[in-house]
Amino acid sequence: MPKQIHLAAHFPGVNNTTVWSDPAAGSHIEFSSFVRFAQAAERGKFDFLFLAEGLRLREQNGAIYDLDVVGRPDTFTVLTALAAVTERLGLTGTINSTFNEPYEVARQFATLDHLSGGRAAWNVVTSWDAFTGENFRRGGFLPQDQRYERARTFLETTHELFDSWRGDEIVADQASGVFLGDADAGRFAHSDAHFDISGRFDVPRSPQGRPVIFQAGDSDEGRDFAASSADAIFSRHSTKEAGQAFYSDVKGRLSTFGRSRDELLILPAATFVIGDTDAEAAELAHEVRRQQVSGQTALRFLEQVWNRDLSAYDPDGPLPDVDPVISEDHVAKGRAQVRMHRDPLAIAKQWRELAEAKGYSIRELMIETQSRQSFIGSPATVAATIDDLVQSDAADGYILVPHITPGGLDPFVDRVVPLLQERGVFRTDYEGTTLRENLGLAAR
Amino acid sequence: MTHLHSHLHVAVALDGAGWHPAAWREPDARPAELFTAGYWVGLVTEAQRGLLDLVTFEDDLALQSTDRFADDQRTDQVRGRLDAVQVAARVAPVTEGIGLVPTAVVTHTEPFHLSKAIATLDYVSTGRAGVRVKVAGSSSEAAHFGRRSELSLEDLFAEAGDWVEVVRRLWDSWEDDAEIRDVATGRFVDREKLHYIDFEGRFFSVKGPSITPRPPQGQPVVAALAHQALPYELVGRSTDLGFVTPVDAADAARIVGEVRSAQSAAGRADETVHVFGDVVVFLDDDAATARARRARLDETAGEEYRSDALVFDGTPPQLADLLEEWAGAGLTGFRLRPATLPHDLRRITAGLVPELQRRGLFRASYEASTLRGLLGLPRPTNRFATV
Repeated sequence: MPKQIHLAAHFPGVNNTTVWSDPAAGSHIEFSSFVRFAQAAERGKFDFLFLAEGLRLREQNGAIYDLDVVGRPDTFTVLTALAAVTERLGLTGTINSTFNEPYEVARQFATLDHLSGGRAAWNVVTSWDAFTGENFRRGGFLPQDQRYERARTFLETTHELFDSWRGDEIVADQASGVFLGDADAGRFAHSDAHFDISGRFDVPRSPQGRPVIFQAGDSDEGRDFAASSADAIFSRHSTKEAGQAFYSDVKGRLSTFGRSRDELLILPAATFVIGDTDAEAAELAHEVRRQQVSGQTALRFLEQVWNRDLSAYDPDGPLPDVDPVISEDHVAKGRAQVRMHRDPLAIAKQWRELAEAKGYSIRELMIETQSRQSFIGSPATVAATIDDLVQSDAADGYILVPHITPGGLDPFVDRVVPLLQERGVFRTDYEGTTLRENLGLAAR
Repeated sequence: MTHLHSHLHVAVALDGAGWHPAAWREPDARPAELFTAGYWVGLVTEAQRGLLDLVTFEDDLALQSTDRFADDQRTDQVRGRLDAVQVAARVAPVTEGIGLVPTAVVTHTEPFHLSKAIATLDYVSTGRAGVRVKVAGSSSEAAHFGRRSELSLEDLFAEAGDWVEVVRRLWDSWEDDAEIRDVATGRFVDREKLHYIDFEGRFFSVKGPSITPRPPQGQPVVAALAHQALPYELVGRSTDLGFVTPVDAADAARIVGEVRSAQSAAGRADETVHVFGDVVVFLDDDAATARARRARLDETAGEEYRSDALVFDGTPPQLADLLEEWAGAGLTGFRLRPATLPHDLRRITAGLVPELQRRGLFRASYEASTLRGLLGLPRPTNRFATV
């Protein structure tokens, strides 16, 4: 039997890849959008729906970034509400371990798991920046070098809380009057450099025991963290070569932690554009990229490398002849991708050469370098591509991010999923009731 | 107030198998299902059938205990609870009309997180969200979070007041028309309509704006349970709804007076602040049955049931008499705490509600689609909006 593909759907949100100017684009806040999106994913027998998180509105040049979708609902509240309108779909939320406390997060995930019948998953992330910290009592004190350490101990602590109930304590025997079978149920004590807590956890063991744990992170430390403690890892590597390199590296780390290769799923995020023919899809993809990168967005992108206000430049004109500003203080705040621009002077040189060789304007250059879809083609082409990538160990499956809310998943569900099913590489129905079962992961 | 003065508001406080510690042993109780969605959906659907204004969901950040300030080792009572905000969110998509008011412990939670959670509850319930704020003074709750030193009662309530202020400012931090989707200029939002709240207080500071746009009600309903002067001040200064615990009509009048004074002192004399009387209820078709059931439950529990609120046993018409009398003392509504579930909840919806309707004191259908609407509260203008 060929390797089975895992598929998930990321509700698109705060990013330029989410096209809001299209007449088909709906609300990113109204619950009805989430219902429609989740029900499409479940119709497609996807493993789970994924929500990202943001805890501070992004800023650039000292003002709130206004060109992309802004605003999103609370992760736990939306996921729990979605449990009411879906039956099997996993519900995965990114929850920051820096601006939350283990007791609180553990009870929220345990509650989500109870109220969804075992469908909860947690994407553990960290942040350290004072910018986000300004919205929280704690502030932004965490030194960057402690981010994985805190995440690791946060996760360990929540596992101790989840495991503080074995699962057989609720006796609820009306005749004998024994409700609780163990007078010490939920007892815990944890002490380390980050957390010093003790007492009794107040949510009984949930259907999955622990939520499924996801981790995203590409650094050496991030890969080790995932290999040691995650059930699945999000990656950005959706191309074949990069995917295979990442896949073999991370799977190779598992044995160090006494784990087997099937205990960690590798699921890159991927975008898609589907047309009746490959040519039509290519044309559509170009149109989507133009929608994603307006002239103003192109200038803002360029500013993130140049680290200076470029609003006086013409997006349809040539690149600036001034050089990037090298500084710890960055014009863009709250944007994850800023960290990718590690050597701005080198990037600027490279981009100038590319623009000159191809005759690109600022906007054309940004469309080419900053906005590329993962899977473009007819349904047959996309199904074959994904199947090939998974069979050749570039991934275990993909987390699909459509560019339109809330209907953007429909073409994939209605046209690609049936072809994957015909190939015998994707389920025609859910195998289990819990997310762990559907992901093929052992109970914890 | 522009809504009908003659109408009473009725809320029900949901917790576990009911408020009596032996409630879970009643034949119609479903103690093994307390951690399932179906259990809560069933209860709220029943309350909705009775056209009740709202339900509240109890919560703590500690395991239940008979000792308010420390863990106990009891195994004969309900232990364990789900997060109240999430229970409300799970119920929201499958109910309509009724308000959903979960408890939030303000002492150990971040106002930024709760602000977006309650705003989101308002989105998923299309305008039926509220939040009941609660302080946590116990050392066992503090030990679950570490790091924080225990606060005096004065500081706990001062912090709670700041917490509500932050949450309210965050709800207003987006003007209603901030999302513009202006294709011509490429702007999704008008950032002039997004506001930093810049809250600086004794206990914390919060920058803002929220990440969640202003919720459907503008300001979801804020409530608090109050037993004495400090919490009466919190109710008068910061909330839309106070739950109080009078022992008789004269006591009700005194408490309402204290809340109104606090309201005036806070410069809110012209705003609607509801004061609901809390009553624990044992309801049956005849008073002797209710008394006998109460006695039987006490015997099962091994001690007489005591509560911070008045404990009533009797018939729905007798309860209606009491509520009418207390309403005459100035209470605008009631939060009934069913002694056992679903029994006493069903007696409220099928017995008390028809009785109040007969007396012309209760609605015959939901007259508004939002909780603020049901409570006669206007949708507030945004404090940051400029005309």
